[in-house]
Amino acid sequence: MNGVPLTWYLILSAVLFSLGIAGFLFRKNIITVFMSIELMLNAVNLSFVAFSYQLKQVNGHIFAFFVMVVAAAEATVGLAIILTVFKNRATLNIDEVNSMKN
Amino acid sequence: MELWLIPALPLAGFVINGLFGRRFSKALVNAVAIGSVVLSFAWALKTVLGLGEAPISEHYFDWIVAGGFRVGCDFAVDRLTAVMLLVVTGVGSLIHIYSIGYMAHDEGYARFFAYLNLFMFFMLTLVLAANYLVMFVGWEGVGLCSYLLIGFWFHKKSATNAGNKAFIVNRIGDYGFSLAMLMIVVTFGTLDFGAVFAAAASKPEALLTAIAMLLLVGACGKSAQFPLYVWLPDAMEGPTPVSALIHAATMVTAGVYMVARSFPIYTHAPAALEIVAVMGLFTAAFAATIGLAQNDIKKVFAYSTVSQLGYMFLGLGTGAFSAGIYHLMTHAFFKALLFLGAGSVIHALSGEQDMRNMGGLRKMIPLTFWTLMCAAISISGVPPFAGFFSKDEILVSAYHHAPWMYWVGTITAGLTAFYVFRAMFMTFFGEYRGHEHPHESPPVITVPLAVLAVLSVVGGFIRVPVWLEKFFPAAEAPEPFSLVAISVAAGVIGIALAYVMYVAKPGLADSVSSGLGALYRLVYNKYFVDEIYDATVVKPVVNGSRVVLWRGVDAGLIDGAANGIGSRSQGLGAWLKLFQSGNIRSYATWVVFGSVILVVALGLVGAVR
Repeated sequence: MNGVPLTWYLILSAVLFSLGIAGFLFRKNIITVFMSIELMLNAVNLSFVAFSYQLKQVNGHIFAFFVMVVAAAEATVGLAIILTVFKNRATLNIDEVNSMKN
Repeated sequence: MELWLIPALPLAGFVINGLFGRRFSKALVNAVAIGSVVLSFAWALKTVLGLGEAPISEHYFDWIVAGGFRVGCDFAVDRLTAVMLLVVTGVGSLIHIYSIGYMAHDEGYARFFAYLNLFMFFMLTLVLAANYLVMFVGWEGVGLCSYLLIGFWFHKKSATNAGNKAFIVNRIGDYGFSLAMLMIVVTFGTLDFGAVFAAAASKPEALLTAIAMLLLVGACGKSAQFPLYVWLPDAMEGPTPVSALIHAATMVTAGVYMVARSFPIYTHAPAALEIVAVMGLFTAAFAATIGLAQNDIKKVFAYSTVSQLGYMFLGLGTGAFSAGIYHLMTHAFFKALLFLGAGSVIHALSGEQDMRNMGGLRKMIPLTFWTLMCAAISISGVPPFAGFFSKDEILVSAYHHAPWMYWVGTITAGLTAFYVFRAMFMTFFGEYRGHEHPHESPPVITVPLAVLAVLSVVGGFIRVPVWLEKFFPAAEAPEPFSLVAISVAAGVIGIALAYVMYVAKPGLADSVSSGLGALYRLVYNKYFVDEIYDATVVKPVVNGSRVVLWRGVDAGLIDGAANGIGSRSQGLGAWLKLFQSGNIRSYATWVVFGSVILVVALGLVGAVR
């Protein structure tokens, strides 16, 4: 594993994170937005693990597991919300889900 | 001796009548109200009869304990208290009985008796108190009852105004009293009469003078002395039994009692004592001259009360404390009688108070006439009626203090005799000038009058100075016969002059008053004191409150600040509202924006490590 320097991992992580942000901001389908969030979380996981490996410390691994657990829980709740939204509104367009206004 | 029973009985009467009186029959209200006061009188009598030289004191509970400072709820009876107790409960009982007749047709019957009982409770607390704070409780309480009873007929604007005036003017005095209490606490570390008076001799005179002056301010308000006397004549708006009980016999003498009670402080502050004497003498003479020209029968007696209270202070101020208390007692008899008699006249004429519409009532209401005559002779200082003895002791003491005080006092005695008999002659002699058909009052009114008449005649033989001999520092002075003769002569001349002007030659009074012109108008308008106070005190305060405090501070500053904060918040909210679009992606944009700023900022500061 000596061949791949830390920087590459970090660059890959940053690219994935930016893709996640872009997807989150510009896609209209709620499910896509949701997947973008997962992408951001995993981008962060990647940098955690990379740092952890580089510094020979286990903290980063543990953090990555935590993030996965949270992401799993979040996926459950999030998908349930999405289902409910679809049942009530028959749409998955995020711009139409704006009843928090006013 | 269970001293607490004395005030507790009227308090019980107040509670019962105050809560249930409206549903009671009049007989039941009477039984509760009068029964409680008469029982209280009986208990006071029993206490006083069992009283030796040593005072009785009782401690009920600690009221305030703060470090080394403690105030207990304590009552005490000594010889001075004994006099006050008997006067308050005795005259109070008679006036309660009288009120049955006087208030018979009033709607607020039970309310009236409830207030009277409450007054008795506070007055007895004031008298029985063994420290200044408990006294102050009674002091404020009687002020409250005075306010309630002056404004008893609250549908009359003038009555509520008079009540307010009494209350507000008394606040000035009470302020002095409370400052005096604070100074006593600072100086002596206690408010107990015994401890304070025992330590009085060892304190610097300047401090004692300051305390004495502040106490005097309190006494001045309560006892209607110049310059705070203005509330008392207006207080005549209340029902006449109230005028007799509160504004003649008992409450207004509280100031005299308080100064007499504090005599160890005053004897060590001669300057303050001198001011007491001068103030009393000035008030006596000043109020007597106003009384000369009043036409309302109750107003005449009101100014007379102010004047007689001035005499009491003259007595105290010249060192004759026992004479002051002596006069307090005889005054309670004859002045209560004068007021109750005036009430009987007013009752007979169905509410007429103007003496110009009276006259010739001697034959129509003879009982009232004769009892009132006893009081009038008594106040004029004709021996051997009660007023003679006490007034004489005061005048002799004044002579030994400073002869000019004696002369002013004697002339005032002549004026007193003149205005009282002027009122008597205008009311009872000559032709009847009114339109009502006068009728004699029922026995429930005339019997108290008769009892008080007897007391006004023989009350002088209750030798209060002897009773108080060991209580006050000895002020025994020879009573030269010539001094006594002169003061009696002054009274007799006053009576004779009144007879000439109002009975023998009825036209003379008018020609004298028109002959005096401006001087008469000055006196008739009470020296314009009310107008002067209105212009110098009331108007500035009212206008200051309106312009500065209301429009400036309240509406401008406080409202402005509150409203300003409100409208700024609204503006800020209206701007912040724009961020809450409901569009999730715009929120997300802001989050990204914010985190980028955060990361950049932290990177610049270098705190990411």
